[in-house]
Amino acid sequence: MSATIIRSGRVIDPANNRDEMVDLAVVDGRIAERPEVRGQKSQVEEIDASGLIVAPGLIDVHVHLREPGFGHKETMESGARAAAAGGFTTIVCMPNTSPVADSPATIAWIKDRAAEVACVNVLPTGAISKNIAGEELAPIGSLAQAGVVAITDDGRCIQNHELMRRAVEYARMVGLPVLDHCQDYNLVGNGVMHEGYWSTLLGLPGWPAAGEEVIVMRNILLADLCDHHIHCQHVTSARSVRLIRDARARGTKISGEVCPHHIALTDEALENFDTNYKMNPPLRSQRDVDALLEGIADGTLSILASDHAPHAEFEKEVEFDAAPFGIIGLETELGLFLDLLVHKHRKIDIVRLIEMYTLEPAKLLGLEAGTLSVGAPADVTLIDPNLEWTVKIDKFESASRNSPFDGRELKGRAVRTMVGGKTVWKL
Amino acid sequence: MTSLTRCGYRKNESAREHSGERARLACWRSWPGFVDFRKQNAPASKKLHDHSAQKFAKAGRFRQQARPVRYPTMNWNRKDLLGLRELSADEINFILETADAFKQVGTREIKKVPALRGKTLVNFFVEPSTRTRTSFELAAFRLSADVINLSASTSSLAKGETLKDTARNLEALHADILVLRHSSAGAPQFLGQRLKASVINAGDGAHEHPTQALLDLYTIREKRGKIAGLHVAIVGDILFSRVARSNIFGLVKLGARVTLVGPITLVPREFEKLGVAVSHKIDNVLPEADVVNLLRIQHERQRKEYFPGLSEYTALFGLTKERAKLLKPDCLIMHPGPINRGVEIDSEVADGAQSVILDQVTNGLAVRMAVLYLCGGIST
Repeated sequence: MSATIIRSGRVIDPANNRDEMVDLAVVDGRIAERPEVRGQKSQVEEIDASGLIVAPGLIDVHVHLREPGFGHKETMESGARAAAAGGFTTIVCMPNTSPVADSPATIAWIKDRAAEVACVNVLPTGAISKNIAGEELAPIGSLAQAGVVAITDDGRCIQNHELMRRAVEYARMVGLPVLDHCQDYNLVGNGVMHEGYWSTLLGLPGWPAAGEEVIVMRNILLADLCDHHIHCQHVTSARSVRLIRDARARGTKISGEVCPHHIALTDEALENFDTNYKMNPPLRSQRDVDALLEGIADGTLSILASDHAPHAEFEKEVEFDAAPFGIIGLETELGLFLDLLVHKHRKIDIVRLIEMYTLEPAKLLGLEAGTLSVGAPADVTLIDPNLEWTVKIDKFESASRNSPFDGRELKGRAVRTMVGGKTVWKL
Repeated sequence: MTSLTRCGYRKNESAREHSGERARLACWRSWPGFVDFRKQNAPASKKLHDHSAQKFAKAGRFRQQARPVRYPTMNWNRKDLLGLRELSADEINFILETADAFKQVGTREIKKVPALRGKTLVNFFVEPSTRTRTSFELAAFRLSADVINLSASTSSLAKGETLKDTARNLEALHADILVLRHSSAGAPQFLGQRLKASVINAGDGAHEHPTQALLDLYTIREKRGKIAGLHVAIVGDILFSRVARSNIFGLVKLGARVTLVGPITLVPREFEKLGVAVSHKIDNVLPEADVVNLLRIQHERQRKEYFPGLSEYTALFGLTKERAKLLKPDCLIMHPGPINRGVEIDSEVADGAQSVILDQVTNGLAVRMAVLYLCGGIST
């Protein structure tokens, strides 16, 4: 029997519409009414949370843990530690590993491995198509039985609309949401950065916003046709936001997520060809950033995620065209979103921010997590919303260092992360 | 960063404090064909004066004619030449004026000066090139540098070595200057930030080709006496052209008016934000132009979506004999080469009186000597 009481914090639990200054009790890894356990003399650990926010453990629905296959970039163990350091108690890992997570055996391996080494909850996704090649369906039903929480070909995008349609229908049958990386290969070609002024200036191949919007539109049409939820990952363009906003108003089962770098930076950052600014989809223009902020403010974009994409230094330290896409984000995303959305631009309040990190992803994926209801697993994140800190990549828990935010000063961060009542990380 | 004079001295330090420098100068003086450009910075009374070869022959030393060159004084402190976007108008003019001094070297009997004697230059051409590589090689020879040529297939890049490792290996062999041609935009920046050696961009992807633009500017200035106020039309595949970008940056900085001409797929409107005009009707532009710079249609790397075919390109944008009649009589016709005769330019026009295409090649040598001399003096 173990018990913990988190005293004097501001408990924010959007799932229960709670926002009050109360003590939160944890008994045997679950949220409890009181810290005492009847009939037992138990030791109660006390945590002083005065001045802090006590939130349900945050969920990141878009993380690349790189195992199996790319342990030199990140491992389950290091990725989970990075998540804990960022305030996350549940992370959803993408299937573009080696082998691709397109079979029940690989899913089983991921779950076993995570149970063994990961200090946070790791939820696997399965591939939509075999080997994420976009040619034939992966065994989606078997993947569902193996315990995936969604299907996605993230990193790739199924170009064949008929195949995508059948995947969405099939996913509906087995009750899995579909997450899609929106990219039209013909329009994007070999593009490496946003097509616009800066790509013109730098002579780098352009990745036009239309390459995303075409697929967002496709997904809206298929969500209607199949009457099933499609979630557009890392939305970046102003027109995508408008498409999703209009579709949601009509009742289409479509949603969108935002990554911190897409609102923190613009394509101007590529001026010096630094590959830590190379990601897919790319950094876009200020106009797109403004539209994303509006989309977050009005609820069009309901989910925040990192698209944590670790790459080794030697892989990133090459010519711009040759460098892999992606940056790490687990340890900076909460700070960036708090700093930008809550403090700087004042687009949303902290309650909504926590909702976008807990209730919204839990709803999207049908998870038990993301709440402080009595009886729920005691996944708790303590956040100091006003703590000023400086990002230092040398201090990262992640095995990789490919972040463009080194040295950036931020306001607000997680200070303690608890999974199942156990503190897994603390500042 | 310590401010260096053109010669590589730190400010307020005299040459005498540099014994190595003294030794080098002494060594220069004994070199046939020596011109001490550095002396040009000395007070006017001490400047070199005209000397006839005879006089020197009498004195028992052979010395080539050294005409006094009005040599600009300026602090040059860039070890790399990565592009024209980062250069100021003064810096561009300084390179052009330095090239003036080197141009006459090519007209001498002994076309060689010892400016980079003992320095090692690596021509590292990851993307194939004959013209630019040869020009750099010759420029380096004329400056007495030792030259190594490397291509993608002869380097370890073919074995999977990264660009960074290949370059660091070259540096470990004490290469002083790395001339880099690469298919990826930004590759020279990448190496410039990581190497102590000078990195000279000989063309990176669709980004910049600074020495080509400098030789274009030099040729315009030489033929027309100025650049400011001239109307320069750049015609062709602008989108994929590093020559176009470097020309745009340089011309706009030096006060020229620039119009880009070509099919809309290859001349997107975004270019207007660089301070130039965009036109898709060549016949409207030709009568107003003082310079027409025709870019090669790079059909070998075109995807067929950009325009329907070469004959359509010629019909809409080729500088045919008939179209050439629209030009002002003193309009210059330029082309970075290699020419596709009958595609972007008719044979007769390419060889006609207004064409300065071969002058560009000659001037390229002087400009590249100037660039190697200036940057090479900083690398040590």
